[in-house]
Amino acid sequence: MKRIFKPGLLIPVAIIVVLAIWPLFSGNSASSREAMFTLIMSMALASSLNIILGYTGYVSFGHIVFFGIGGYAGFWAITEMGWHILPAALLGGLVAALIAWLLGLAVLRLRGAYFALATIGILEAMKALVINLDFLGGPVGMEMHFSEYKRYGGPMESLWMVYWSMVFLAILVVAVSYFVKTSKFGLGLMAIREDEDAAEVMGVITPRAKTWAYVLSAVFPGIIGVLFFFKNGNIEPGDAFRLHFSIEWIVMIMLGGAGTVLGPVLGGGIYQWLRKTLLTSPIFKDYQLVVAGVMLLLIVLFVPTGIIGWVRARSAKLRRIFE
Amino acid sequence: MGNVLFTSAIDGLLIGVIYGLAAMGLTLIFGVMDVINLAHGPLIALGMFGVYLLFTLLGLNPFLAVIIVAGLGLLLGVVIYFVAVNRVIDAPPLSSLLSTFSVNMIIIGIGTAMLSTSSYNVDYSLGTMDLGFFKAPGARIAASLVALLTTALLYLFLYRTRPGKYIRAVANNRISAELMGIPSTRILALAFGIGVMLATVAGGLIATILPINILAGGSYELKSFVIVVLGGLGNPLGALIGGLILGLIEGIVPVFMKTTWVPVIEYVLFVLILLVRPQGILGAKE
Repeated sequence: MKRIFKPGLLIPVAIIVVLAIWPLFSGNSASSREAMFTLIMSMALASSLNIILGYTGYVSFGHIVFFGIGGYAGFWAITEMGWHILPAALLGGLVAALIAWLLGLAVLRLRGAYFALATIGILEAMKALVINLDFLGGPVGMEMHFSEYKRYGGPMESLWMVYWSMVFLAILVVAVSYFVKTSKFGLGLMAIREDEDAAEVMGVITPRAKTWAYVLSAVFPGIIGVLFFFKNGNIEPGDAFRLHFSIEWIVMIMLGGAGTVLGPVLGGGIYQWLRKTLLTSPIFKDYQLVVAGVMLLLIVLFVPTGIIGWVRARSAKLRRIFE
Repeated sequence: MGNVLFTSAIDGLLIGVIYGLAAMGLTLIFGVMDVINLAHGPLIALGMFGVYLLFTLLGLNPFLAVIIVAGLGLLLGVVIYFVAVNRVIDAPPLSSLLSTFSVNMIIIGIGTAMLSTSSYNVDYSLGTMDLGFFKAPGARIAASLVALLTTALLYLFLYRTRPGKYIRAVANNRISAELMGIPSTRILALAFGIGVMLATVAGGLIATILPINILAGGSYELKSFVIVVLGGLGNPLGALIGGLILGLIEGIVPVFMKTTWVPVIEYVLFVLILLVRPQGILGAKE
C-alpha cells in the first residue's frame, strides 16, 4: 500500500482527475467534454507507448496499429455480434495484446532503426490487409447505426459513459506505467534500454521482458481504439491506421520526457492544448503542422530528455517528487 | 496471357528504375551515417513540384528542369543536414528519426498551406514509342533512361572521384577517415545532400509521367523503405535491383489478383526480409 501514496503516482493521477471533472463545472459541458476526451485519450495513449519506447528503448513507430486492430475487433463485435460496448472494449484490448505478443516474438529481435522500420511495415501491411477484408468493410470501413446508442439510454448518455470509461482507463494506464517503472520488471526494461547485451548477462531474460513490455503497451491502445471508434460512429482503415497519429504520440512523449511516468501525461496535455490553440488562431491555423514540426525539432536538438527529464536533471528535490 | 504478362513486366521495370533511384537516396544516407531520413517522401514531392513549377511558369522542358531541381535538391540537403541532422548524428536512432520527421512535418505543412493537397499535372508528352511487340509512352521510357543515367553517374562519382571516395571512406569508418585528414562533417553534409538530390530527381521524373500532389511523396517513401530493405540497407546498387523487383511485383501481381493486394504483398515481404535477412538479398552493407 505504501507505494500507492507516492507523489510519483499521485501527481499524474491528480492531473487527470482535475481535467476529467472540469466539464462538470464549465458552462458548455458538451464541448469541454469533447476537448477533455481528446486530451485524456492522448495522455493514455502516450503513456502506453512510453512503456515500450521510453522504458525499454524500442522505438515503435507504427504503434497505432494496435489502436486500429483493437478498434476494428471491438467495432465488429458491437455492430455484427450485438455486443455491449464494455465487453467489446475488453475484446479489443485482448486482440491487440494477442497480436502484439505474436508480433513481438518475431520483431523484437530487431534492434534500433531496424525495429522502427519493421513497425512501420507492420502498420502498412495491416492497413493494406484490412482494405482487402470485405467482412470488415474494406476500404470504406464500417458504420454504426444511430439506434445502437438507445441501448445505453441515448446518445448523450453513451457519450458520457465513454468519457468516464476513458478517464478510468487513463488512470489505470498511469498506474500501470508507475508500477512498471518502480518494479523489478521495469528495472530490467531500463537495463535493456541502456545496454541490452549487458542486461542479458546480468540475468534479465530479455526476450520475455521485451515481449511483455510490448504486450502491455499494446493492450491499452486496443481498448482505447474501441472507445474512440464507438464514439465516432464509424471506423475506416485511413483513420484506424494513420502513421501520422502514432508519430504524434512520440512527439508527446518526447515533449514531456521519455521514460518518465509524468512526462507523457504532461506532454500529451500540452501537445493537444497547443494544437487546439494553433488550430483556432487565425495566424497559425494553416501552419499548425509547421509549428509542431519546429517544436519537435527544437526539443530533439536541444532538450532531448523532455520537460520532466530536464527538471529532474536540475533539481534533486524535484527528482524525488516527479517519477 | 504471355503477352499481357510481358507488357506488364516491362511496364513494371520502367517505373521500377525510378523507384530504385528514389530508394538510392534513402539508402546512401543510411549507409553513410546510419540515419533513416523520414523527410524522404516530402523531398520527393518537392522534386515533383520543382519540375512542375519550372515547366508551367517558365515553360522549361521537364527533363531540363530535372537538372535544375537536382542542383536545388543538393543545396537543400546540405542545409537540412546542418540544421537538423548534424547535432544528432551520434545520438540514439530515435533522435535522428524524429529530427528528420520534424523536417517532414515542416515541408508538408508549408506545402499543404501553399499548394493545398489537390492534384497537379505536368502536361507534357513525347508521343508513344511502338516497338511492334511493345508500346509505351515516350516520356515513361525517357524518364527511366534518365534514372539509369543518374545511377551510372552516381557510381562514377562514388568510385572515380575524390569526394566520392571520401564518402565511401566515411561510410566505412568515420574515425579512421578523420585520422586520414578527411573533413568528415563536410563529407557527411555532402552525402546527405546527394541523398536528397536523388530523392528530388526521382520526384521530378515521376512528375513527367504521373499526376502529382504534395502528399504523393509519402507512398514513394514507403516504397523506398521496402526497396532499401530488399536490396540491403546502405547498398545503392541493391536499391536499384530492389526497385526493379518492386516494379515487377507491381506490374505482374495485378494480372493475377486485385490491385489492392499489391501493398499487402509488398509490406509483408518487407517485414519478412527484415526478420529473416536484414542484410537484404544482396548481402550486407560494406
